[in-house]
Amino acid sequence: MADATVHTTENLTPDQQAVTRPPLVLNQRKMGWIANYVSSIVEDKTPIWWWACFLPCLALTGVLGFCIVYLVSTGVGVWGNNHPVGWAWDITNFVFWIGIGHAGTLISAILFLTRQKWRTSINRAAEAMTLFAVICAAIYPGLHVGRVWMAWFLAPVPNANAIWQNFRSPLLWDVFAVSTYFTVSVLFWYTGLIPDLATLRDRATTKIKKFFYGTLALGWRGGNRQWRHYEMAYLLLAGLSTPLVLSVHSVVSFDFATSVIPGWHTTIFPPYFVAGAIFGGFAMVLTIMIPACAIYKPLHDLVTISHVDKMCKVIVFTGSIVGYAYIMELFMAWYSANPYERAAFWYRAFGPYWWAYWSMMFCNVIAPQIFWFKYFRTHLVWVWIICQFPNAGMWYERFVIIATTLSRDFIPSAWGQFHPTWVDIWMFIGTFGLFFTLFLLFIRFLPMICMFEVKAVLPEADPHHGEKH
Amino acid sequence: MDVAGDPQSKAYGLAAEFDSASQLYHAAEKIRDAGYKKFDVFSPFPIHGMDDAMGLKRSLLGKLIFIGGLTGFLTAVGLTFIPSSIIYPLIVMGKPTNLYTVPAFFPIMFELTILLSAFTAVFGMLIMNGLPRLHHPMFNWERFKRVSDDKFFCVIETRDPKFAERDVKDFLESLGGQNITRVHGD
Repeated sequence: MADATVHTTENLTPDQQAVTRPPLVLNQRKMGWIANYVSSIVEDKTPIWWWACFLPCLALTGVLGFCIVYLVSTGVGVWGNNHPVGWAWDITNFVFWIGIGHAGTLISAILFLTRQKWRTSINRAAEAMTLFAVICAAIYPGLHVGRVWMAWFLAPVPNANAIWQNFRSPLLWDVFAVSTYFTVSVLFWYTGLIPDLATLRDRATTKIKKFFYGTLALGWRGGNRQWRHYEMAYLLLAGLSTPLVLSVHSVVSFDFATSVIPGWHTTIFPPYFVAGAIFGGFAMVLTIMIPACAIYKPLHDLVTISHVDKMCKVIVFTGSIVGYAYIMELFMAWYSANPYERAAFWYRAFGPYWWAYWSMMFCNVIAPQIFWFKYFRTHLVWVWIICQFPNAGMWYERFVIIATTLSRDFIPSAWGQFHPTWVDIWMFIGTFGLFFTLFLLFIRFLPMICMFEVKAVLPEADPHHGEKH
Repeated sequence: MDVAGDPQSKAYGLAAEFDSASQLYHAAEKIRDAGYKKFDVFSPFPIHGMDDAMGLKRSLLGKLIFIGGLTGFLTAVGLTFIPSSIIYPLIVMGKPTNLYTVPAFFPIMFELTILLSAFTAVFGMLIMNGLPRLHHPMFNWERFKRVSDDKFFCVIETRDPKFAERDVKDFLESLGGQNITRVHGD
């Protein structure tokens, strides 16, 4: 049906209205408007609010840079990591940021394969978020190796020390998984950008812009002889990214699950980590998209309430999977009759880290359940506030898994608590600075909405639009 | 008829502008049926079914990507087994170093398969599209700038064996093409 999506439903029968899909783009916006408006965000003079947000974020990035220089020049001991908690905030933050990235790939790849056309208006920003989150994540294990100048030992290169990687180690799997994920995400994102960069090139007025966007657009013409290869490449990249994104957090979870430490050694970890990543990632997508669309109000015609509603449903769904996993972990701890496993979970809930455990439970399992009510899914201020719970909760989850488990070794004499130092704290805040700095630069210099894909979901993009059947 | 580019240089083709995706779609069908081979249609977004309308076959890229993925897989097999089993066997926790250790290498094999497939997808697509390129005769036409905005274009190239300027011009007019222009190189 060519006109399955129509703008006016008044002159249809109730039956027809029932099967008519609501329009993906509101207010009957035309192709020209989409190109004009989305490009104008990039082309207009830099607004004051942008500087007001950018400068503090840049300052925080500077703090991060300072902490990194201090850590590298002094030693990894400036972090609070010490026996028995050898993995602490650094790995917590690594898993936290990697997880956030997953929503971007889910939106761009999995929703593409499942033909969820509403994804077109949010995939660009979500993919950008993926890249920036993975950059933030990669900082931590890079520094955690201790002697940063030897980080190249991670790469399988023959060297004079006769050291070769242990390919059976999940930590090496992680190196491959995360670097592949980042590379493929960059390729996928850039491929999607090419036609939109061509739009900016064709609209460019100054020599510098023409050169900048002209170079990045690679000479794209939009001929169908190009589109047919392009669409095939995009489809297959989506097909490749789908198992990739599921594998990345599975491999991250193997870092824990393949060990023999109580609380980590569980088979539920891969699916539970992936669901948690999507859960936290969608919350972060909403956290940054809602303010961006509030500033650029006409974007509400592209990123509609229906988008927010759907993303909230994903959050409540994945949040419930996470809640199920938490309860199943507790059940298995009891049912396994393994005293160490039982002790680990007892300690999580009622030990000195009880506040982290119950914050996690509240933020990830209880708070998102409010999204069962449509009112809270469709009022942006509420959505934004509620999304902060998964954001915080997913950090607590990783902290609970890592710190509580490690702080109780098998022998009580080896027990100990983790205390963050100022470097831990400022590096964590600093990565938020880096993340938002990169996102603000993205909004300023690249189209934050995938223009060509949004044009393609308009009713008039159908080659049989307006024809009678 | 309008002329774009340097009229002294060789003409690239005759181009016309259309207002909608459906006009362009039907124009492509008629150009295909008229027997032209060297033509292309330009649009701000990929139009569903246009490959059939132009008489193009399915892109070969998928097959290339399979070869790329296979290369990645075999690279990973070599990368893991050659050092770990043959030249520098490393026994960790008493685990085997022979073929039985293969499950521990699956993640590496998987990741490299994906990585090389993705490289093939992107760079293969660019090569098959003749990109990146710095310039193209179509860019000499000022109106063509709107191809990335909301206009639709088609071009029948002069190197098409059936190309005859007057016939093509009349033909494009009969299809509803506007602003018919002879596009030259520089």
